[in-house]
Amino acid sequence: MPTYTMRVFRGDPGGGEFKDYRVETGEGMVVLDVIHRIQATQAPDLACRWNCKAGKCGSCSAEVNGQPRLMCMTRMNLFADGETVSVAPIRTFPIIRDLVADVSYNFEKAKQVPPLRLRPPDPDGKYRMMQEDVDRPQEFHKCIECFLCQDVCHVIRDHEDKKRAFAGPRFFIKIAGLDMHPLDTRDRSAFIKDQAGVGLCNITKCCTEVCPEHIHITDNGIIPLKERMADGFDPIVWLLRKFRGKSTSRIGRDRTSR
Amino acid sequence: MANESYETHEHDVLVIGAGGAGLRAAIEAAAQGVSVGLVCKSLLGKAHTVMAEGGIAAAMGNVWPEDNWQVHFRDTMRGGRMVNNWRMAQLHAQEAPERVLELERWGALFDRTKDGLISQRDFGGHRYARLAHVGDRTGLEMIRTLQYHGIHQGIDVYMECKVERLMKDGDRISGAFGYWRDTGKFVLFKAKAVVLATGGIGKAWKITSNSWEYTGDGQSLALWAGADLIDMEFVQFHPTHMVWPPSVAGLLVTEGVRGDGGTLKNKDGERFMFNYIPEYYKGETADNIEEAERWYTDKKNNRRTPDLLPRDMVARAIRAEVKAGRGSPHGGVFLDICTRRPADYIRKRLPSMYHQFKELADVDITKEPMEVGPAQHYVMGGVRVDADSTAATVPGLCAAGEAAGGMHGSNRLGGNSLSDLLVFGRRAGLYAALYAKNVGGRLSVDAGQVEAVARETLEPFDRPAGENPYAIQAELQETMQNLVGIIRTEAELKEALKKIEALKARAKNVGAGGGRTYNPGWHTALDVRSLLTVAECCAMAALERTESRGGHTRDDHPYSDDTWGTVNVVLSERGGGISLRREPLPKMPDELNALVQEKA
Ligand code: SF4
Ligand code: SF4
Ligand code: FES
Repeated sequence: MPTYTMRVFRGDPGGGEFKDYRVETGEGMVVLDVIHRIQATQAPDLACRWNCKAGKCGSCSAEVNGQPRLMCMTRMNLFADGETVSVAPIRTFPIIRDLVADVSYNFEKAKQVPPLRLRPPDPDGKYRMMQEDVDRPQEFHKCIECFLCQDVCHVIRDHEDKKRAFAGPRFFIKIAGLDMHPLDTRDRSAFIKDQAGVGLCNITKCCTEVCPEHIHITDNGIIPLKERMADGFDPIVWLLRKFRGKSTSRIGRDRTSR
Repeated sequence: MANESYETHEHDVLVIGAGGAGLRAAIEAAAQGVSVGLVCKSLLGKAHTVMAEGGIAAAMGNVWPEDNWQVHFRDTMRGGRMVNNWRMAQLHAQEAPERVLELERWGALFDRTKDGLISQRDFGGHRYARLAHVGDRTGLEMIRTLQYHGIHQGIDVYMECKVERLMKDGDRISGAFGYWRDTGKFVLFKAKAVVLATGGIGKAWKITSNSWEYTGDGQSLALWAGADLIDMEFVQFHPTHMVWPPSVAGLLVTEGVRGDGGTLKNKDGERFMFNYIPEYYKGETADNIEEAERWYTDKKNNRRTPDLLPRDMVARAIRAEVKAGRGSPHGGVFLDICTRRPADYIRKRLPSMYHQFKELADVDITKEPMEVGPAQHYVMGGVRVDADSTAATVPGLCAAGEAAGGMHGSNRLGGNSLSDLLVFGRRAGLYAALYAKNVGGRLSVDAGQVEAVARETLEPFDRPAGENPYAIQAELQETMQNLVGIIRTEAELKEALKKIEALKARAKNVGAGGGRTYNPGWHTALDVRSLLTVAECCAMAALERTESRGGHTRDDHPYSDDTWGTVNVVLSERGGGISLRREPLPKMPDELNALVQEKA
């Protein structure tokens, strides 16, 4: 079986360094399996987060050979036998220890997003939504909150001053998902502009590139939000969209070639 | 520890566990106007509920107007082979539809019917298509909805916090003591009522669909606090998981694959499930391929395919095929959906399955069959609770979701877990809040109790060269896998108990190196105790029940025995050891019994 040198970051807020571990792998193993093998045999206190080992919980985000990835969905056979593979914590957020970063920024941002405001039900007390109207927001609901998009966004990564008034790509699609929700009636215009800071995004698309759920963050989420800002939040367009389905407005136009 | 200070938080209701049940409990308790703390072992929104795939069972009647709570109740009781707590099964069937609609009002976007209502899919053991779902990621939708609703309800959320022990003031609960996983510092919660919503015990087995969190925390905390557990012998081995490559063995393959048209085949291409239809289900199951095939397009006039028998039956059938040498190359069987359904349909209905086989096994499920086999998935047993209030047998303690026992009897139907979390999560939050409101005065937490737990928690650091916690965990997993698996015998169960005893002795010497900040070696050393506790409970109860029923199959007692059909095995801890007794099941009222006996 192939053997690799795993160069794993060990350290805490006080500092740290990469340490090498020689690990033999088995068939089908992913980076997370290798980290677990190191824990079980060489470094029991090596810190990492994980839950599902199936790409569903978004806990195991890290930078593998400098690439932001889920450790549990990164197969070792991507790398040549004998290669050195580096594993480091996602770098935009403060480190706690080893591969574990402090992602509390994201949980604070989550709280700021104005929640759903429900419209009244149909006369028979039921809510009806057509599949074609929920397809778009359902795409955003696939988000596993791995925060890899937040990790690569330069506004959060490089601009300590701006990131306070910036929600980041994960929360842009959260907002877009609420805005496109057929039952929602809340106007988030001011929030989108002022607190979420969608204007700071310059559509580099780095977020979309790393999303393990292949969500079209920029095309389907951020650009419609930006267009709304450009439209000056025309209340007529907004109302039409809410009550007649999205095809009547520019906002819901599908921009992807799926 | 003696002079180590620790932070203290005070709440009326403390909910431990932040999956579906815990979140729903916290939301309900907050709605009652009491102060609520919610402890998550991981980050918020990462709990095991995210992995649930197929759907939420609720008799809403959107696809089949004939469906109603009575039929759902009947299906649940029959699926559990009649040893369910009938009152839980009734409340569950009655309240599930409202709980699903409530999720929709909180923002969940389920897949739709043509009329714009919540679509419902077929699942094993359910007479009608009844599972509200979002593709194959229903659990994710559920936890996100609860999470984003919950964060606006004034609940204090404590992330990456592990509770080590419940605190008591006399007979009743007065709080919980634990540590922060990131800093390793201690934390005390004073609380009038505690809700356990910690999930299952799967990490006691080697091949399991469960995450690292499933170390039997709630069951152990309850037992150590003097509460009873029931039904711990009933463990669900869900029939379909990935079997290859080895590193992903145990990764769940949703029952939705079969619900949406997938069929099981052995290596000769034979649809073997037709050879395994039990008497009990003959009335509602097609006994020939032609009828089963017609069922996919005409469900009214044909009986359903045996591919959708309850999970315990399918798991045993797969095991028998493999044992008889008719398995797939990697020791499973084939699950084929690509011959019935077009690629687009599969990718739309089962996106995660498509993705996970493609990425992790280089298999394109729109072109070739999957290789699948059973793995530990769920425990039906758990904390013994009162059906209406979820109260455990210790005042101030409630339990809901997988941590609680009784609802599912000896075998849970697919889809009944997510609905269980919602129905009993809500009830737990409600009754814990009502109870807390009635607790007069201030509760006291005994400093001596805290001190003792703190000392025990730090002990592994005194033995840096002590036993490797990962090795103990691995040996326990091996033991449970080989000796307390799908098929059990007296000799093997006795052997398992002996091994668990030896591991308990070794666990006393478990060691941890390094410091207290985010140290998984230390965390594992602590988790091993609860894992050993629940493993022992499971093996003891399995040895006691000399019959086969649902998720408990004894090779030496292969048939169900009516006298066993009226009792629960109850476990409790007295004087340091675990003791066991049989107690009669609550008696079902005649009118409900009539529903259950009704033929399909
Ligand atoms: S597209 Fe916008 S949100 Fe995404 S990474 Fe670039 S700047 Fe950040
Ligand atoms: S949008 Fe994609 S990259 Fe961003 S947090 Fe969600 S899943 Fe991760
Ligand atoms: S462990 Fe859940 S996404 Fe990797």
